[in-house]
Amino acid sequence: MATAAQTSPTSHPAPRGTCPFAPPPAYEQARHDEPISRVGLYDGASCWLITRHEDVRAVLADNRFSSDPENPGFPFLTEASRQLLTVKPTFIRLDDPEHGRLRRMLTGDFTMRRTASLRPEIQRITDELIDRMTDGRHQADLVNDFALPLPSLVICLLLGVPYQDHDFFQECSRTLLHRGSTTEEVVDANARLTEYIDALTASKRDNPDDGILSRLVARGELEIEDIGAMGRLLLIAGHETTANMTALSILALLRNPEQLAHLRAHPEATPAAVEELLRYLSIVQNGLVRVAVEDAEIGGTTIRAGEGVILQVNTANWDDDRYPGADTLDLTRDTRHHLAFGFGVHQCLGQPLARLELEIALETLLRRLPELRLAVPFEDVPFRSDMLIYGVHELQVAW
Amino acid sequence: MTAAPPTRPGDLAKEGTVTVTVDQDRCCGAGQCVRNAPEVFDQREEDGVVLLLDARPPAELRSAVEDAVASCPAGAIRVTDS
Repeated sequence: MATAAQTSPTSHPAPRGTCPFAPPPAYEQARHDEPISRVGLYDGASCWLITRHEDVRAVLADNRFSSDPENPGFPFLTEASRQLLTVKPTFIRLDDPEHGRLRRMLTGDFTMRRTASLRPEIQRITDELIDRMTDGRHQADLVNDFALPLPSLVICLLLGVPYQDHDFFQECSRTLLHRGSTTEEVVDANARLTEYIDALTASKRDNPDDGILSRLVARGELEIEDIGAMGRLLLIAGHETTANMTALSILALLRNPEQLAHLRAHPEATPAAVEELLRYLSIVQNGLVRVAVEDAEIGGTTIRAGEGVILQVNTANWDDDRYPGADTLDLTRDTRHHLAFGFGVHQCLGQPLARLELEIALETLLRRLPELRLAVPFEDVPFRSDMLIYGVHELQVAW
Repeated sequence: MTAAPPTRPGDLAKEGTVTVTVDQDRCCGAGQCVRNAPEVFDQREEDGVVLLLDARPPAELRSAVEDAVASCPAGAIRVTDS
């Protein structure tokens, strides 16, 4: 049985290798050689790195592992995250029962049925963005002109946030998700975003709309700052993830022409394609963090109470034991139980929305732009290795 | 006329109906059950919590129900052979 003393630590985050879609080679190697291994953190601390599908899924479903950074031994991945995670948290960083109480105030907004009812609106927004992007032009940055505004517009609509403020909140979001941001920058961006959302939330008392913020205010159970914390989470999570998945998916398809041809020939297979792209791209590249609050044996290794774990979702989704030939994009494979949205009670609240946005975005782009192609050499595409959420900073495409 | 052979060895054990139970207190409203087996599960309008539409679904839905069970992030669905 492995113990902390026996193993040699790698560092977190590890660099990507030659294939920009692949998880860091050091973590792929760890999954083969020592799937539960020690890893060094930025501050000299260390914790467990868990890389296999079965083990990641087991920990995420196990209530002996806590999401609450107040617990001793919680692994912080950057100094900025330490600063942020110890300020007033919302449900993503709480355990049940408090987590469940808060989450249930939002789950009604993201049911399968409620999400499906948004389809015409999302389709309309998608078509308008493509109209504007292609108006008199044959080349554009797909990130800036399509992939980012689409989910931003949708989450603004759902929350009741004015989209015209998007430059502001997207800039805050970029700072918060940048691995290289200083602690001061992160704390400042978080403070500005908090001030903005709290003021907006307070304004809903007198000027309510149909959005989530207004409804939470009307419910009367939460303080403005608690609603604001939820609003910040939804605003950031609601646009960064889908935006990056959209652009990275298009790039992955352009790099895999046979798969692209399959999808163009079978647009009805787009939902299945979305699942495979979620698995293959696994954009939450830093992984998910938990701390053991009781001793737990996972995959033959004893994790002691007070020891932190990083659950490496990307290597788990590239685990050949679960997905044979996992390093290949195969839009027809069995993708069941991929972990792109996490697992356990913290599994992504907005996953029905993310799936619907991705389905509509990919289907509509491929249908309306039959000549879609990369407008720069692949080697020149700027990947987001420096961000907590992977993707591309810019994607110049032509049609 | 001879009877059609069983399709695959594993299929026999997977045949038959199941009885489904749900634990609404455990449910985290992720909607995976509705995605996998919309004939059997629904979500409560106000908070997305699981609603059981059919506790004894027909045998042809068995594998969809089993996917729903395995996909439930909160472990809130149980099935037993019936």
